[in-house]
Amino acid sequence: MASLIPDIVEDALVAVPEVPGRRRRPRLRLWRAVVLFLAGAYFLIPIYAGLRFSFENDAGHLSLYAVKAIPSEPGFSAAFWLSMRLAVVTLALTLVLMVPTSVYVHLKLPRLRRLLDFVTILPIVIPPIVLILGVLRAAPLWLRASPYLLSLVYVILSMPFVYRSLDAGLSAIDLKTLVEASRSLGGNWLNTLWRVVVPNLRSALLSATVLTLALVLGEFTMASLDLWTTLPVWIYQFQQVDAHVSTAVSMVSLIGTWLLITLIVSLDRSQSRRTRRRTNNS
Amino acid sequence: MTELVDATRTTGAAPAGARVSLEGLVRTYGTTRALDGFSLAIEPGEFVALLGPSGCGKTTALRVLAGFERLDSGRVTVDGRDVSKISAQHRDMGMVFQSYSLFPNMNALNNVAFGLRMRRQHATQRRQKAGELLELVGLSDQASKYPHQMSGGQQQRIALARALAIEPRVLLLDEPLSALDAKVRAELRDQIRQLQQRLAITTVFVTHDQEEALSMADRVCVMSAGRAEQTATPAALYSRPTTSFVAEFVGVSSRVPVEPVDGSVVLFGERCRIRASDTGLPNGPLDALLRPEDVAITLDETAKPFVTHKSFLGATTRVIAQVDGVAVRVDVRSDVAADIELGARVRVSVVSRDVLVAERSVTNPVSPQ
Ligand SMILES: Nc1ncnc2c1ncn2[C@@H]1O[C@H](COP(=O)(O)OP(=O)(O)O)[C@@H](O)[C@H]1O
Ligand SMILES: [Mg+2]
Repeated sequence: MASLIPDIVEDALVAVPEVPGRRRRPRLRLWRAVVLFLAGAYFLIPIYAGLRFSFENDAGHLSLYAVKAIPSEPGFSAAFWLSMRLAVVTLALTLVLMVPTSVYVHLKLPRLRRLLDFVTILPIVIPPIVLILGVLRAAPLWLRASPYLLSLVYVILSMPFVYRSLDAGLSAIDLKTLVEASRSLGGNWLNTLWRVVVPNLRSALLSATVLTLALVLGEFTMASLDLWTTLPVWIYQFQQVDAHVSTAVSMVSLIGTWLLITLIVSLDRSQSRRTRRRTNNS
Repeated sequence: MTELVDATRTTGAAPAGARVSLEGLVRTYGTTRALDGFSLAIEPGEFVALLGPSGCGKTTALRVLAGFERLDSGRVTVDGRDVSKISAQHRDMGMVFQSYSLFPNMNALNNVAFGLRMRRQHATQRRQKAGELLELVGLSDQASKYPHQMSGGQQQRIALARALAIEPRVLLLDEPLSALDAKVRAELRDQIRQLQQRLAITTVFVTHDQEEALSMADRVCVMSAGRAEQTATPAALYSRPTTSFVAEFVGVSSRVPVEPVDGSVVLFGERCRIRASDTGLPNGPLDALLRPEDVAITLDETAKPFVTHKSFLGATTRVIAQVDGVAVRVDVRSDVAADIELGARVRVSVVSRDVLVAERSVTNPVSPQ
C-alpha cells in the first residue's frame, strides 16, 4: 500500500498533461476513488473503533451493557440537559444579536463589512484557553456563578460562522429594495425584519443554527475551565470510571447531533417542498 | 360586512390626489451633486414624468420624495405640509421599483395585502381589498402564485397593485418598465396611464425613455445634472424646448452651424428668426437645432447636398442628407422617399421660419438615425 500510493500520485501528475482527451479520464477516476477512500477511512475508522468499543465489555466481548447503562450513570442527565440548555440559550442570543446587526450593516454601513469580516474571525485566532481565562477574570461574580456565562462565550465563538452565513444570505437577496418596499408600505423595522427579511434568509439561518448547535454541543475546553459539567466534560470525566460507557455516550451524542441536524435540514426541505406544491396546485 | 366592502370600494375609487412641491433640493454624495437645486411643483392628480439621461438624479429625486434619502438642503411638501421629518413608513407613498421588489416569501395576494396588514386591517377585509386590486391589474388568476413563478411584467403589475392597495397620497414609479420586453412594456404603459387617470392619483414616473415620458405624462420634467431643465406638457416640450439640452434630448435633432445676422440666422440660404429661449442668446458661433420634420428636401440635380442614409419608419422614411459636411435628418413621406436614391442630389430647405439655436458644439454627430 505504502509503495503503491506514490506511484499513482506520480502517474496522475505526470500523465495528465501529456495524455490528451479520453485516456486521462479512467486514471483520474481511479485517483478520485483513492482520495475518496482515504478520506472516508480517515473519518470512519475512528467512528468504527468508537462504536466497537461501545459495544464491548471489559472482557472484550460483544455487549450492550455500556449503552444500557448510560441513562442511569451518575451526573449524565444533568450534564445532558445543561448542554441542551446552553445550546438553546446560545442559539437564541446569537440570532437575536447577529441578525439585526448584519442586516443593519448591509443596509446602512456597507463599508463596515470588511472590518466585520476581520473582527468576527478573531475568536478563531484567539486560543479558547486565553479567551476563557480572560472572561473568568473580567466577569462579575454573579455571572461567574451561572452556567450561562458559557453561553455568552459561545456566542462569541459562534460569531465567525454565524456572521459568515448571514452575510452570504443577505448578499443573495436584494435587501435594500425589499426593505424599502416594506417601509414604504408602512412596515416598521420590526415587521420588516420579521416578515420580510428573516423569511428570505431561511437557508442562512439554518446553517447558522446547525453550526452553533454543533459548536456548543462539542465544546470542551471552556466548559471544563469554567468548572461546569457539560456533556463533553462529563464524557471526559467518566472515562476514568468506565471507558466503555463514556465512549458509548460520545457515540450517542455524535449520532444525536447528526440526527438533530438532519431533522432541521429536512424540516427546511419539506417546508420549501410544501411551498412549491401549494403553488403548483393553484 | 357589505358595509365594509362598500366603504373600501368607494375610498378605493376616489382617493383625492395630493399636491406635491419639491423646492431647491440638494443632495450630494461625496463630490457628486446628485441633486443640485431641483425644483418641481405637481398638481393634485397630475401624472408627471421625470425624464433625463442616466445619472442625472431622477432616482435620487424620487427617493427623497419617498423618504429614503435625506436632503442637504431644500424642502418637500405634500398638500402644503413639510414632510422632511416624516419617515418613509408614514409618508403614505406607494412605490414601484425598477428591480423586481415583490417579497419572495409571499404569494401575489399576500404581497398586495402587505401594506394593509401593516395598517392592521382585518384579515377578511384586506384579502377582499387585495383581491379587488389584483382584478384591477388583471391578475386575479395569479393570486396564489409566488413571485418566482411569474413573468417580469406580471411581477411589476403585482407591485403596482401592492403600491395602490394602501391608497397612497402619491404614486412613485422608478423605471418600472425598463426590465421588460417591448411588447409588454407598451401594454403596461397604457395600463398604468389608464389606472392613474381612473384613480386620479398624483403620480411621479421616472424614465430615461422619452417616448415613454411623452406618451404617458400630463407634464414632463426634463432633468440634467441634478436640475430641472424644463417642465412642460409633452407637446410644448417637443415643439418649444427652451434649452438646447431639451431640444436634443427630446426628439431627434440635427445640429447645423449657422451665421447670426442681427437677431436672425441664415440657414440653407434662408433667413430664419431665432426662437425665444429662457436662457437668452448664447455668445459666439451658433448651431441651429432642427427636428426631422422642420426640414424638407426636394430632388435637384444641380444642388450640392446629397443623400447618405435612408431608414424606413413606416408612414415616413428618415433620410440623412449631407449638407456642407454636416448630417441633416429629414422625415419624408415614404411614397415620396421611394424616388430618392442614395447619393441623389437634393435641395434642403427649412419648413418652420423660427429655429432654436445653441452654442456651437465641436462635434456633429453623423450617426445614421
Ligand atoms: N448611494 C449613492 N452613493 C453615491 N453616489 C450615488 C448614490 N446614489 C446616487 N449616486 C450618484 O448620484 C447621481 C444620480 O444618481 P441617480 O439619481 O440614481 O440617477 P438616475 O436615476 O437619473 O440614473 C449619479 O451620479 C450617481 O452615481
Ligand atoms: Mg435611476
